[in-house]
Amino acid sequence: MSIHRPKELSLFDGAILGQAAKDAVVKVDPRQLIRNPVMFATGLVAVLSTALTIRDAGGEHFAVMVQISAWLWFTVLFANFAEAIAEGRGKAQAAALRGTKSSAMAKKVASVDARDPQVLPAETLKAGDLVVCEAGDVIPSDGDVIAGIATVDESAITGESAPVIRESGGDRSAVTGGTRVVSDRIVVQITTNPGESFLDRMIALVEGAKRQKTPNEIALTILLVGMSLIFLIVVGTLPAWASYSGTAIPMVFLIALFVTLIPTTIGGLLSAIGIAGMDRLVKFNVISKSGRSVEAAGDIDVLLLDKTGTITLGARQASEFIPLSNVNERDLAEAAFLSSLADETPEGKSIVALAKSRFGLTEPKSGSTMTFIPFSAHTRMSGVDANGTEIRKGASDSIAAYVAEKSGRTPDWQGQSSVMIGGVPKELVQAVERVGKAGGTPLVVARDGRLLGVIHLKDIIKPGIRERFATLRAMGIKTVMVTGDNPLTAAAIAAEAGVDDFLAEATPEKKLDLIRETQKGGRLVAMCGDGSNDAPALAQADVGVAMNTGTQAAREAGNMVDLDSDPTKLIEIVMIGKQLLMSRGSLTTFSIANDVAKYFAILPALFLASYPQLQALNLMNLASPQSAILSAIIFNALIIVALIPLALKGVEYKPASAEKLLRRNLLIYGVGGLVVPFIGIKVIDVLIAALGLA
Amino acid sequence: MDAAGILQILIYIAVITALTPLLGGYMAKVYEGQARFLGPAERGLYKVCGVDPAREQHWTGYALSLLAFNLAGWALLFGIQRLQGMLPLNPAEMAAVPPDLAFNAAVSFMTNTNWQSYGGESTLSYLTQMIGLTVQNFVSAATGMAVVVALIRGFARTNAHTVGNFYVDLVRSTVYILLPLSFVAALFLVWQGVPQNFDSYSAAATLEGANQVIAQGPVASQVAIKQLGSNGGGFFNVNSSHPFENPTPLSNIIEMTFLLMLAAALTNTFGRMVKDQRQGWAIFAAMGLMLIVGLGVTYWSETNANPAMVVAGMDGTHGNMEGKEVRFGIANSTIWATATSAASNGSVNSMHDSFMPLGGLVPMVNMLLGEVIFGGVGAGLYGMLIMVIVAVFIAGLMVGRTPEYLGKKIEAKEVKLAMLAILIFPVGVLGLGAASLLGAPGAIQDAGPHGLSEVLYGFASATGNNGSAFAGWTANTLLNNTLLGIAMLLGRFVVIIPALAIAGAVAAKKAVPPSAGTFPTHGGLFVVLLMGVILVVGGLTFFPVLALGPIVEHLMLGAGTLF
Repeated sequence: MSIHRPKELSLFDGAILGQAAKDAVVKVDPRQLIRNPVMFATGLVAVLSTALTIRDAGGEHFAVMVQISAWLWFTVLFANFAEAIAEGRGKAQAAALRGTKSSAMAKKVASVDARDPQVLPAETLKAGDLVVCEAGDVIPSDGDVIAGIATVDESAITGESAPVIRESGGDRSAVTGGTRVVSDRIVVQITTNPGESFLDRMIALVEGAKRQKTPNEIALTILLVGMSLIFLIVVGTLPAWASYSGTAIPMVFLIALFVTLIPTTIGGLLSAIGIAGMDRLVKFNVISKSGRSVEAAGDIDVLLLDKTGTITLGARQASEFIPLSNVNERDLAEAAFLSSLADETPEGKSIVALAKSRFGLTEPKSGSTMTFIPFSAHTRMSGVDANGTEIRKGASDSIAAYVAEKSGRTPDWQGQSSVMIGGVPKELVQAVERVGKAGGTPLVVARDGRLLGVIHLKDIIKPGIRERFATLRAMGIKTVMVTGDNPLTAAAIAAEAGVDDFLAEATPEKKLDLIRETQKGGRLVAMCGDGSNDAPALAQADVGVAMNTGTQAAREAGNMVDLDSDPTKLIEIVMIGKQLLMSRGSLTTFSIANDVAKYFAILPALFLASYPQLQALNLMNLASPQSAILSAIIFNALIIVALIPLALKGVEYKPASAEKLLRRNLLIYGVGGLVVPFIGIKVIDVLIAALGLA
Repeated sequence: MDAAGILQILIYIAVITALTPLLGGYMAKVYEGQARFLGPAERGLYKVCGVDPAREQHWTGYALSLLAFNLAGWALLFGIQRLQGMLPLNPAEMAAVPPDLAFNAAVSFMTNTNWQSYGGESTLSYLTQMIGLTVQNFVSAATGMAVVVALIRGFARTNAHTVGNFYVDLVRSTVYILLPLSFVAALFLVWQGVPQNFDSYSAAATLEGANQVIAQGPVASQVAIKQLGSNGGGFFNVNSSHPFENPTPLSNIIEMTFLLMLAAALTNTFGRMVKDQRQGWAIFAAMGLMLIVGLGVTYWSETNANPAMVVAGMDGTHGNMEGKEVRFGIANSTIWATATSAASNGSVNSMHDSFMPLGGLVPMVNMLLGEVIFGGVGAGLYGMLIMVIVAVFIAGLMVGRTPEYLGKKIEAKEVKLAMLAILIFPVGVLGLGAASLLGAPGAIQDAGPHGLSEVLYGFASATGNNGSAFAGWTANTLLNNTLLGIAMLLGRFVVIIPALAIAGAVAAKKAVPPSAGTFPTHGGLFVVLLMGVILVVGGLTFFPVLALGPIVEHLMLGAGTLF
């Protein structure tokens, strides 16, 4: 398991805030502002308001106009500030990533066998170039090992301190730029052009500058622009409608009404939310090729999960001794115990542990003559020769062959009788089958050529995984376990782990077919994989997460790379995607709901002179028309700042059904959005009146 | 408010609810081609028009056919009006209709608005009423039904290129739904005493000895379709408060039922065609609840007499009877006013101008919310489905999933089209209304907030293709005829074209099967959300002008100021 790098920034890091304040001013540049239509509109009316204020210097409403203009500029600045903070935090993350790749020098060679490398900066490498990396060298860019084998320290990227082996051919050939060769020498073929590596892409995503808007973000922007246009018509035609009762509305008040109505809150925070979403992903040590795929992760309907390592622990554990009828269980346990003492595999250790706990067996005193026979691919058994007895354990057919050979009979696989099947006691065959059906691996034990019984090695479901699947089910996500096991075993493990479905005897082709079939039904599929043969499936899946330990082909095919190579992280990725959308939706609802209170503040103020009866709409009992308008516009600016932490952290996400989530968010952000501004505007009004500002 | 009045309202709601699955199921059969009993008529029409009913159209082809057909209908109606003096069936010897008025009336009937800048009995010949207006009453309603059917097909189909054939949907709507129902309805009205003749107007001496000209004509046939097809254009100027249009309490309840039943039933047709009737009932519930609130407010408001009258020493126990037919009373006037404004019908049996400020606010709000509370036949449902797109978009984001409706993902394109359709409402009402206010202030009868309401109502009615008038405002001027005509065109076609484009876009999508992560669109929460979105969008758009109109009028009434 990985160690996450300690890069949790405090929400308001001093240095980032300082830089963000400067950037907020720079971003007033209309060429940057136009990316955000709502803020661009706010900027335009701020210019207009300022011009009018200068024209009417010394006039009736001058003091209020100055303040309104100032707060309009603050509104723009606050929105820029929110974006700048998110970018600043992203840059801090990116700097950590980028630090690993700056100033690396590459030893470029013409061919694999070339001897004299040409030393040049890593940034100049193009896809297809060959570089030599020897012990101590930093690998200059992402690539594939095409010759040699080396241990590589990838801690800079993954946080995992133990070096890993990278070799040409097979599934462990990919290397990442910025990692360091610890021993030996490899030739790496560079696979990415400058600026296109995973790191470069991720840096671009979190820095915001080159950030592409995601599909839902585009749709939301259209909605916000539409709402702004509606309010433009509302405010633009209001003087004509008001003129019928002889009311003249000062231009600057109309401007104030317009800016408070258009969705500045969500408009100002939209890009901060997007950047912060990418940022959270990086915090989980996942690199994404695009924001689009993070958003798609929130829509996932089906998760394909590999059994080993994701659902079960990599190793199996002994869970039970099944003796033959004429054998004492303790005898079987003791034989298993002795034969496993020197076995350093997790399976061996678990047999020792089980024997100790069941029968209190202790290790024999030193001095007894014990010769351990290690597992070999040839015999497919391991065991021990101790004090003249021979104990062997292994797969049922190899032990059967061993027993037959010991007793001088050749195993007769065709022969059957009432007690023997193929030369093996029927009882044993049944025990072996029972273990297989339960999803376990049977290990047969024999002593001195006599069969004792079976050890049940069980796939151990990861603790807590069942609950996670239940959570996913509640979110509407179906889980499918992918395993090479036979259907019987797979079904047993699937039932125990609580997955919804399984794909047994899986091959890469079967996996690809399953994804295609599922997608044909309109569902979105996520999967993770590492090998080259996973590449087509990774490319086909809507969200394909490649393991960092995997091949370059797999990493290119997927749309995300998990630096920790932890397949369970798919679940977090889905949650990050959902949280991203929820933050946008909730703040949009909040923003629009706020308009109700703003109407009740501003409308009576605008028309009070003509229709004193409209005082009845002044529910907040604001001090004066000027104070009411000013309070609304100040609230409108300050709420952006107040919501920056929420935009950066994302709204709270607890897995639940869509209906529950909606009810909760409607209550908090819909009803809250109605109520909060009534209180906020009133408080600001009281302060304004106390300070004599209007 | 009394028990009898409330009972009448409840009966009305029960009748509409009971008819919804019956008519809805029948219409679903019609549009899916399972109703064949008028096959010869249907096939004959296809043959005459050279339509291949098996050839389906892409949404663009569907839209072009629709526009061409409507343009031809407009030209025909415009021509008949201009030439009516030379044409037969003109016993009252009506002269040619002036061009601006003819433009306005032709647009009005083509767009299913039936705004009447003219008085029918004093302007139009029988031929114009029958061949001109009544034909448009049928085909404009059928056009709206065709659009909604195409949109429903869009949601029901997956990976499809086409949304149906406009001419087939038009013919089926007319032949299987509107014509048979109108035929029965017209006979019923004749039985109740509505005239159906080609006689010239009768002269009569009244009891007071005055001479009165009694207008008549082929009334029943037009009243039947004007109620059924959410048209609303009366044969007579005073519409269904005229005893020849609406003679008895029975004719009144039946006409009110006709007014709403097809729009309500289409929600069920929708549910059946998308293979989940609950979806239709959810929309029915959202529409129905908003209607009930409106009924409640209007009824309560009208049963309380004008406080100024009470102050002046008059008996206030009978409520506000100004502008109401004593034959119908407050409850039936309330139901009609609320239903006709909700259903984009526009026929009236009382004068909305004389309602109390809050009573008059309700019909105005019904129109300003976009004519989606049942709305026009077809038009109400496609307008509602556009609001549904906005509602599910926001809901989808709030549950952390790309929004979807009926399995179809709602993406940038759908949102863009929906916002375009929604935007047209403030443009038509606020923009064109402001132009009229500035350009022709003399057309307004009353000063202050009431005068503003008169203009606001007019443009809300035109943009919403409702057609009812608040009165007290001279619409028959060159400027107003033109502005209202533009408002009607915008409100009709700038909603129809996005609706068809959405149909095409969603038809081409694959369907995502629902899961626990999908927000269910058939439950109570969705109904609440949908109503919330409609109220917030409409409320935020029109609150300022409503504050300057009926709201301030209501507040001033409390202070004893009248307009």
